[in-house]
Order: sequence, then structure tokens, then C-alpha cells
Amino acid sequence: MLGLNNKDFRFLLIVIALTMATPILLQPFPEGSVMAQFNAGYPDLMQRFAIFGIFAIGFNILFGLTGYLSFGHAAFLGAGSYSAVWMFKLLSMNVIPGIILAIIVSGLFALLIGYISLRRSGIYFSILTLAFAQMSFNLAYSVLTPITNGETGLQVTLNDPRILGQQVAANGNVPPTNLFGLEMGSSFKLPVGAWEFTFNAGYYFCAVIAILAFYLSLRIFRSPFGLMLRAIKTNQTRLNYTGLNSRPYTLAAFVISGMYAGLAGALLASMDPLAGAERMQWTASGEVVLMTILGGVGTMMGPVLGAGFIKYFENIFSKINENVLHQWFSWLPDGLENIVIWVAEHFVGSGWHLTSGLLFMLVVIFLPGGLVEGGQRIAAMFKRKKADDDSDDAGHHPKQSPHVAE
Amino acid sequence: MDAILLQILNGLDKGSAYALIALGLTLIFGTLGVVNFAHGALFMIGAFCAVTLQRLLSLSFETVDPTKTDFLGNPAKIKTPYIESWLGPETGAAIIDWSVPLAILFSIPIMLFVGYVMERGLIKHFYKRPHADQILVTFGLAIVLQELVKHYYGANPIPTGAPDAFKGSFDFGVVLGFDPNLIIYPYWRMVYFAFAAVIIGAVFAFLQFTTFGMVVRAGMADRETVGLLGINIDKRFTIMFGIAAAVAGLAGVMYAPINSPNYHMGMDFLVLSFVVVVVGGMGSLPGAVLAGFMLGILESFASMNWIKDILPGIDQIIIYLVAIIILLARPRGLMGRKGVMED
Repeated sequence: MLGLNNKDFRFLLIVIALTMATPILLQPFPEGSVMAQFNAGYPDLMQRFAIFGIFAIGFNILFGLTGYLSFGHAAFLGAGSYSAVWMFKLLSMNVIPGIILAIIVSGLFALLIGYISLRRSGIYFSILTLAFAQMSFNLAYSVLTPITNGETGLQVTLNDPRILGQQVAANGNVPPTNLFGLEMGSSFKLPVGAWEFTFNAGYYFCAVIAILAFYLSLRIFRSPFGLMLRAIKTNQTRLNYTGLNSRPYTLAAFVISGMYAGLAGALLASMDPLAGAERMQWTASGEVVLMTILGGVGTMMGPVLGAGFIKYFENIFSKINENVLHQWFSWLPDGLENIVIWVAEHFVGSGWHLTSGLLFMLVVIFLPGGLVEGGQRIAAMFKRKKADDDSDDAGHHPKQSPHVAE
Repeated sequence: MDAILLQILNGLDKGSAYALIALGLTLIFGTLGVVNFAHGALFMIGAFCAVTLQRLLSLSFETVDPTKTDFLGNPAKIKTPYIESWLGPETGAAIIDWSVPLAILFSIPIMLFVGYVMERGLIKHFYKRPHADQILVTFGLAIVLQELVKHYYGANPIPTGAPDAFKGSFDFGVVLGFDPNLIIYPYWRMVYFAFAAVIIGAVFAFLQFTTFGMVVRAGMADRETVGLLGINIDKRFTIMFGIAAAVAGLAGVMYAPINSPNYHMGMDFLVLSFVVVVVGGMGSLPGAVLAGFMLGILESFASMNWIKDILPGIDQIIIYLVAIIILLARPRGLMGRKGVMED
């Protein structure tokens, strides 16, 4: 089906089902309960899951398949955001033209940067991409202010022409971003008992695009082109000796992943129509590297998992403060409680970056394959245990989920 | 002419910082073959050594002076640093004033220790892993160090003054026969340049004229053979890592008065220092120094007004532009050895 074999098709169906049910799955705790702060089923966060999932999937096409570690992918994210916002300013608040222009612009931008950077490999490639991204960031901040609006960031205003759409909404504000009239911000709330599920138009729009992006990358992974990219990662010298020029392939992979990043940038702007230079900064590039590594480089599901994991815990950790910690550890003896809280304080609130840095190091050191490899190891452990001791009641172990690595 | 001279002088202090950091980076790469993205964080830790020492020295106790009152009519509280009460007000004040130079002594053991722990605890396990892994893990470490500093010192830059003796500027123009006030240069920047020159000279002399340095150089050329001769080259390389960390730290200590230390200064310098290393040639010590000063001066030239009028924004991107051209035209860098990381 759809050019996939049965296993992959089933995998795709599972991903579609999970994505569609996200607003329900991420809201496991009833409203008002103590655990409600761990819910993640609100629109803003779910949109980020989908958008950064797209970003990481795209990055994985380059890094996972060819092994070229780009430290400058945020430049394409930023370029996508800027072009989308410009479309909102000039044409209309419909998101489609913005997304199309963003993909074209970031693709051209990636073609330019990739054409130059891919002349080198290894660490030189990383530094070249980093240099280009920093250059774009510096320029966006200073000289390109007429296009990027410098430090303030690019925003939609009431005076923008918007030749195809309305300039001012009925209530006198800037009209909201929409898809042929369907407002991105509109949500449908469904209360079920103590739970309340929010189905947001923006999230479903991002989710559909994310599924398309995922499907495309699945096809790329399974195609002869994808095989060629893997060959480049395995041994580029040998590939060159067989008489193949590998650069068109790496360049194609670079441009594709740049377009994914541009798409993600455009979606960010579609959900919240503003774009700032800090989206291009190299910390943003570092974040997508982190997501991909954390999830599992070169696997299909890894980058999405990584993006979800990072965005979820970023959200949760940032919310925890000293009072919450005191509530949690109040059962400890006083002295111990203070020590525990003193330690924990480093990692929560604004200390989230410390946690993510540590996590990142631990993953690189102990689990180079990321969460997916971790899952496989645990699955393998259970398998071995079962083989060793057949009489063991299988009911004690959680049933293995159908495991999908790639 | 005077404008050109002024820009060269202006470029020297930034160039010195680039050169010192790049020297350490390339030393680590040349000896251990490790790409250290946490080197900027070492520079930052050095700068915060200066901040810490200044704070420690000015720790003070409060006394109530009943003869004076503040504007609300309460008895005035007078803060006296402990050190002034121990050593007498004059000596104490002088020591506090000189805290940044004193921090050099304070920071050397700290930086050596940090470098040693970092190498033994983390980098050691990454010799055999691909460069991408080394970049990633040291990048993570850099984030961790940076966030720890942010946690304890806050996100704002902390002004750390140079000794009073070095405040003010020197009028270079008068010495060279120009009109006064044309070429003025802050004393502390001169000190920084001289200090960097001394450190660079010391590192080169250490490598060139001591037996230890000779062994290290031999190890850089052919690690295996040196190991087969029965020399524990790993131990020496670890010490070199400590020295590289100390060089970065010292660069940071002395840079504190020029630019108030903040938690992300390391990252800001790291990207540029990597570019410097690449331009100079991976693993080439003279290349790193040369490229550091060259790019520093080039950057200050690019920020001249008439150049900015012709090419707006050039001052922001000149270093990256040079790096891109060098990498494409001569990938081994200005003074890199043939065949080292040339792909």
C-alpha cells in the first residue's frame, strides 16, 4: 500500500493513529487533580511536538542517513519563519502561500549553503555550516533589518497590504492565521467526566503535515536514493572508488532536510505569526541535534520521539518551582528534605537547560543509539529472560509493544 | 595612517584572546586528536575565577558607626572587608584592587584541576569514537558548565574592574609623532596583549626547550612509536590537556576587565576560536596564533565606518567569510601540515 511493504504500512498506520489521538493520549490525568500538571494535551505544546517532529525528521534525513553533522540547520528554520510571515504581511493570513514560499526559500538557501559546505566533510562540514548559520544570524540582527526587523522580530501589523485577504479583522485586530477560513487558533473542547480534551485546528493541521512529512521520509529511507545515502555514511571513499560521484546525493539530502526545516519554521510562524532572529542562533541548531541524538540517529521513529521528549520535559521542568518541590518532598525528614530540594533546584525551572545538557551527555556516552536503542535493549532483556525461564508467568511482564526501529 | 594603526591596536586584544583559546584548542587536537567544544566554557570559567576571587576578597562585615547617620536618620552601617581589617586598610584595599592579576595565581591550580578531571573523567573515553561523538559530548559538557555558572552567578554580566593603576588610556599617537588624542589605547588592553604574548611564548618555549615538551612533540608526530619506546605518553597528554585548559582559563581571567564576564561568553568565543583554528590549520600551533591575531585585526578593520558604508554588515561576518574562503581554497589552513584532516 502507498508504495510501502506491509510492515511499514502497518507502522505508518500506527503513527497516524497515535498522532490523531494525541489530544486524548496526552491528557491521562483528570482536570484539577495533583497530576494534572503532567498533562500535555494543550494546543500550544502539541503543535510544538508536531512541528519539531518535522524539523527533527528532516534533520535525520541528512545526519542519520549520510552522517554529515550540520550545526547550522536553524538558519533554514529561521528563513522559513521569515518567509511565511512575509506572505502573511503581503498576501493574506492563509497559511498555504506562506508554507509554499517558506519551502522554496529554505530550499534555495540550503542549495546555496550545501553547495559550498559539502565540499568538505567531517568536522570541517560542521564548522562550515555553523559559520553560515552564525553569519545569517548576525546579518538578520543587523544589516537585514528591513527584511527581518532586527531585534524586535518580524510581526504582522494592521498596516500591512495583505492584497488577497482582509487587512483588518471585524474586531479591529490583525486577522488570525487560517486555512481557507478555518482559524488555526480555534479549538473544540470535549469534556468527558473529569477530563477535558482539546481538539485544536492548528494542531491537526500540523499533524497532517507531519504525517505527510513522515511518510515522505519513510519513502526516502526505503528508496534506492536512501540506500545510496547510507552507502555514503558507511564508506564514502569506497563509493568514490567505484566511480560514483557522491556529492549530488549528499546535496539532495541537504536540500531536502533544509526544506523540512523551512516547513517547520513556516508552521511555527503559522501558529504564532512572528519570527525572530534567535530562531537562527546556533543554540537552536544544537537543539535539533539533541532531539535527533536523544531519540536515535538514523531510525524512523527516533527523531520524533526525541522532539516530543525534549519539548514535553522542557515544558514540565520549567513549570516546577521551589514550592512544588517542597510539596513533593514534604514527607522527608527536614534536613534531608532541604538537601534534596537544594540538589533538585539546579535541574528544574530555569535549570532545564542544565538537565537537557546532562541528559544529552549521558545519551552520547552510554546510549549512542538514543531512546530507540534503549527500547530495543529493554525488549531484548525481556526476550532473553523469557527464553531462559519459560515457566515464568508471561502476565507479570508488560506485553511487548510491536517494536519498530526503522 | 593613524586610523590604520588604531585599528591594528584595537584588533590586538581580541586577537590575543582568539589566539590563546585557539592555541589550547589546537594543542588538544594535536595531542589527543579530540575536538573540544567545551573549550570556550574553560575560558568562561577562567573569567569567573576572577569574579570569584574579587568577591572572596571583598567579603566584608558590617559595623555600626553611631557618630554618623544615613539619610533616614538611622545609624550608618559601614562595610569593612575582612582583608582590610586583617592587613590594615591600605594593604587590604590594594589587594582588592589588584584582584584580577591575583586571580592568575588563583586560577592556575583550578584550571589545571578542571582540565585534568575533564580529560580523565570524560574525554579519555572518546579517543576512539568518531569526531561527531566528541563534538556532541563536549557540546553537552559546555552547556552543563555554562548553566551551572548561570545558576550561581546569574544571567547578567558582572563588571570586574582592572587595578586602578591600569585604568585610563595611553596616548600612542604622541609617541609616534601624531597629534594627541588620535591614537589612544587603554592600558589594560596593552597589558592583555603583553600577557598573551608571554603566555604564548611560554607555551612554545615549554614545548621546544624542555624534555617533557620534546616527548610531547614526538607523541604528536607519532604516538604509537613513542608509546613503544616505553614512554607513558597518555599521562603526558593528559597534562597537556590541563595546560591547554589553564591557557584558556588565564585568557579568561585577564579578559574579565575588558568585557564583563557573563555565562555565555564562552560560547561566543568558542565558535570564533574554532574558526580561527580551522583558518590556522588543525593541529598547527603557530597557525593558531597567527590566525588569531590576523582575524582579530581583520575584524577591527571591518568595523571601520567607511568600510561599513561600502559593505554594510561586513564587520559581523568577516571572520566567517574568511573561514569559508580558506576552507574551500586551502582546507588544511594557513599553516596546517599536509594530510592532517584534509578531507
